[in-house]
Amino acid sequence: MAIIERPAPTVPALVTPTTTYGLLKRPVSTTGWRSWVFTVDHKKLGIMYGATAMFFFIVGGVEALLIRLQLAAPNGKVLNADLYNQMFTMHATTMVFLFVMPMAAGFANYFVPLQIGARDVAFPRLNAFGFWALLFGGIFLNLAWFLGGAADGGWFMYAPNSGPVFSPSNGVDFWALGLQIAGIASLTGAINLIITVLNMRAPGMTLMKMPIFTWMITVVQFLLLFAVPVITVALFLLSFQRNFGAQFFDVAAGADPLLWQHLFWIFGHPEVYILILPSFGIVSEVLPVFSRKPLFGYPFVVFSGAAIGFVGWGVWAHHMFASGLGPVSVAVFSLTTMAIAVPTGVKIINWTLTMWGGKLWFTTAMKFAIGLIVLFTVGGLSGVTHAVAPSDTQQTDTYYIVAHFHYVLFGGAVLGIFSGFYYWWPKVFGKMLNEKLGSWNFWLMVIGLNLTFGPMHILGLQGQPRRMYQWTEARAGEGFFNLAFWNLVASIGSFVLSVGVLMFLINVWVTARNPKKAPLDPWNARSLEWMTTNPPKEHNFDVIPTVHHLDDFFHQKYEEDSATHTMTQVRTAEEIMAEQERNADKHIHMPSPSYWPIVLAFGLPIITLGLIYSHLISVVGGVIVLFAAYGWALESSTAPDSDFENNTPGSGLDKLAANHD
Amino acid sequence: MTDTTHGHASSTGISNVKLGMWAFLGSECLLFGGLISTYMLYRGRASGGPRPSQIFDIPFTSVSSFVLLMSSLTMVLAVSAAHKDDDRKTNLWLTVTALLGATFVGGQVYEFTAFYKEGLGFSTSLFGSSFYTLTGFHGVHVTVGIIMLMSLVGILKRSSVPGKKSEVVEMIGLYWHFVDIVWIIIFTLVYLIPV
Amino acid sequence: MTTNTAEATHDQQHGMSNAGYIRIAVILAAITGLEVSTYYVDFGVLFLPALLIMMLIKFVMVVSYFMHLKFDNKIFSFLFYAGLILAVGVYAAFLATFKFFIQ
Repeated sequence: MAIIERPAPTVPALVTPTTTYGLLKRPVSTTGWRSWVFTVDHKKLGIMYGATAMFFFIVGGVEALLIRLQLAAPNGKVLNADLYNQMFTMHATTMVFLFVMPMAAGFANYFVPLQIGARDVAFPRLNAFGFWALLFGGIFLNLAWFLGGAADGGWFMYAPNSGPVFSPSNGVDFWALGLQIAGIASLTGAINLIITVLNMRAPGMTLMKMPIFTWMITVVQFLLLFAVPVITVALFLLSFQRNFGAQFFDVAAGADPLLWQHLFWIFGHPEVYILILPSFGIVSEVLPVFSRKPLFGYPFVVFSGAAIGFVGWGVWAHHMFASGLGPVSVAVFSLTTMAIAVPTGVKIINWTLTMWGGKLWFTTAMKFAIGLIVLFTVGGLSGVTHAVAPSDTQQTDTYYIVAHFHYVLFGGAVLGIFSGFYYWWPKVFGKMLNEKLGSWNFWLMVIGLNLTFGPMHILGLQGQPRRMYQWTEARAGEGFFNLAFWNLVASIGSFVLSVGVLMFLINVWVTARNPKKAPLDPWNARSLEWMTTNPPKEHNFDVIPTVHHLDDFFHQKYEEDSATHTMTQVRTAEEIMAEQERNADKHIHMPSPSYWPIVLAFGLPIITLGLIYSHLISVVGGVIVLFAAYGWALESSTAPDSDFENNTPGSGLDKLAANHD
Repeated sequence: MTDTTHGHASSTGISNVKLGMWAFLGSECLLFGGLISTYMLYRGRASGGPRPSQIFDIPFTSVSSFVLLMSSLTMVLAVSAAHKDDDRKTNLWLTVTALLGATFVGGQVYEFTAFYKEGLGFSTSLFGSSFYTLTGFHGVHVTVGIIMLMSLVGILKRSSVPGKKSEVVEMIGLYWHFVDIVWIIIFTLVYLIPV
Repeated sequence: MTTNTAEATHDQQHGMSNAGYIRIAVILAAITGLEVSTYYVDFGVLFLPALLIMMLIKFVMVVSYFMHLKFDNKIFSFLFYAGLILAVGVYAAFLATFKFFIQ
C-alpha cells in the first residue's frame, strides 16, 4: 500500500471547548490561519521560522546590494555617509540575528524531534512563544528605519560611539531593545531543545546514537544558553547609558570603552559558532547520504563539535587585538585562537573521508555540501592568518576581515542552509525542488560569492578600511591591485550572487506549482526523520521507534551479511510505514494549541516601544505580559479530554476525542 | 496520560520542568556574573562622589542579608510541607518566605533612598551606576520571586492545578534559593570588601 | 542512566527532615555572623581569603542542601555547574585583562 496515495484524513471542524482552566477558551482550529497563529506544533513553527528567516535574508541582501552599489565606483552617491552606516549595521544585524539564527532554529525545530523519535519538543507553548518573540523582535528592530533612522554603530555597536552623544537618533535604542527580545526567544528556545534532547529521545537512542545534526544543534543550544545572558548584560548597560544616564561608557567619568568590547565579544565569539555549527550538522547528514557511506568517524565529529563549543569561549579577545589589550592578553588569545582551528580541521577531514571511496551522487544538496567544505576552508585559512596577532594587526578593520567572515558565513553557514533546503524539502513540503534550477542556484551562488568576496582579500591587504562609505580614485592605486577594479568586480559579483538567490526563489515557486509528489524516502536516507509521511503526521510517528543503531532508519531498511559485509535492502520506506500504520499507537496525547504564547510575545515590543517613547506604553505592555503569563500558567499544556466531549451531535468531536485519548 | 512535562516516559526519568529550571539557573550565572564583573571593574571609580566604604551601612545590610538567608529556610520548609501534601503548612511557609523577601526588598529601598540622599545617584559615578544596576537587577529578581510566591499561594488554594503541586513549589523554591545565593556573593564582594 | 520510577525515588530522596534544614540554616547564620565580624575585627592577611572561603561555603551549602543538588541526579549538577564554572572562568579572564588581580 502506497501511503502517499491515501487521502488526507478529514478532521472535523471543531467547536470551542466548553471548559478550560485558563481565562479564555482554548483555540481549536486545525485549518486556516488560526491553526498557524495558535499552533504549538514544532513542524509548523519550524516552517514559520524558515519563512521569517528567508524574508529577512532578502532584506539583508538588499541592504548588502545597496552597500555594493555605493562602493562600485569612486565617490559613490547612492548612500550618504549616515545612511551607509545604517546600512552596514542593519545588514549585519539582520543577517546574523534575523536570518541565520532563525533559519537554524527552523531546521532544529522541525527536525530535532523527528530525528530523536519524539512527537514534539519538551515545552511546546514555550516553543511557540520563542517564534513569535523572534518575529516581533525582528520587526521592532526594523521599525527604526521608519522612525528616525536605523542603528548606525555597526553590528558590534562599540561604545562610546553607541552612546547618546555620538548616536543621538533612536536607532541604537531600537537595535538594543529589539535584540533583547530576540535574545529572549533564543534563550527559551535553547532551554527547550536541550531538555528535548536530554529527555525525549526514543527508547534505545543513547546520546552516541543521535544523528549528527541533532548533536550539533545541542551544542549550539548550550552555547546560546550561556552566551545570550552576556549580551543581555551588555545591552542593558547600553540602554541604561542611553536612556537613564548611567555612566558605564562615559570616558570622562573614568569608564573603560573595552568593557563593552569584552562583553560583546564574550557573547560574539560563541555566537559565530552558533552560526556555523547548524550548517556543519546539516552537511554531516547530507554527505553520508549522497556518498552512500556512513559518516566517517562519527565520535570524532561529535567530540570536535563539543570541543569547538567549549574552546570557543576562550578566544573572544582575538576580535580586540588592536584595541590596546596589552601583550600578555594578546599572546594568550592568539594561542587559544590557533587551538580552535584543530577541531574544525578534524571535521573537514572526516567529511572528506566520508566521501572518499563512496558512490557520490551529485544532487543539488550534495553540491552545496561540498561547496561548504571547500569555501568554508578558504574562510578558515584566512581565519588562521588572523589568529597570528601580528598579522592581524595589519588585517584588522580592513576588507581582508570582511572577506574572511563572508567566506565562513556565506560559503559556510549559508551554503549549508541551502544544502538543507534541497535535502529536506521533499519531507517538509512533499515535493522535490527542481534539480536543474537547483544547479543554476548553486553555480550562480558559488560564482557570485567568489566574485564578491574573493577580491576583498586583495582590497583588504591593499589597505581599504571597513565601514568607509566612499573611496576615491586618488587612493585606488594602479596595476593589478588597484582598488577600483576589484571593488567593481565585487559589486558585480554581489549581483550575480543575488541572481543565484533568485533562482532559489524561482525554484520554490515552480516546485509549489508542480503537482508531482515526492516519494517518502527519495534519497535513501539514514535517519529517523525520513521514517515518516510527507509531510509527517501531526503526531510524527504512528509508533515511537525503538532504536538499536546509529542511523537506525538505514538499518531498518538494510541488513548486513556478516560474511561478505554487503548491505542488502530488506525493506523499503513504504513497507516500514505501512507496518507502522498497522501497529499505530492507540493513545496519543498531543499538546493543544494556545493563545498565550503569541499574546505574551506581543507584550514585549509594546514594553520596549514605551521605553523609547512613553513609559505609559510600557505599562500597558507589562500588563499584557502579566495577563498572558497568568493565563499560560493556569492552562494545562494538553487540553483535558473533557474539553472534547461530544456535546453537539454530528460535530465529530467524539472522533477527535478518540485521536486525543 | 503520557505527559512528559511531568517526568513520565522520558529518556532520563526526570522531570522536564526541573531540567529546564536548572538550565535556566545555569544561564543566570552568566547574567549575574557579567553584572558583578562590571561592578568589580568600576567599584573604585567614584568621580568625586561617595566611595563604597564611605556610604555602606554594614550593620543594616547584614540584617537584611540575614533576613534573605532565613527566607531560604522558610522556602525549603514550604517545599517539605508540599511533599507531605500539607496544604496549610505549604501556604504558611510560602507566605512567610514572601514576607521575608518583601522585608529584604523594603530594606533595599530604604538603603538606596539613604544612599541617594547622601549623594550617590545612578548617574553620579561609575560606582553608582554599577552598584545600583547590580543590586537593582537582584532586587527585581527578588520581587518577581515574591510575586510568584504569592501567585502560587493563590493558585494552590484552587481545587485543581495544572501539574503536580509539590513540583511547582519545588521549582519556585529553586529560583528563590538562586536569588539568595546571588546575594551571598553580592554581600561579600560588594559590601564586605572595602574599597 | 537513572531509573524510571521517578516519583518513588524522588519522594524518598526528599528525606532531609525539617530539623536537618534548620541545622543547615543555623550553620549558615553562624557563618554570616563570622562574615560580618570581619567588619569589626581585623583579620589581617586572612581577611580576603577568609571572606571568600566563607562565601563559597555558604554558596555550596545552599545549592547542595536547600536546592537539593547533592541528592539529585547528576545531570542537574552538570547544567548548573557548567554555567557557573564558565561564568567564573570567562569573567575572571575578563577582569584579568584589566589587570584587576594585580596589586
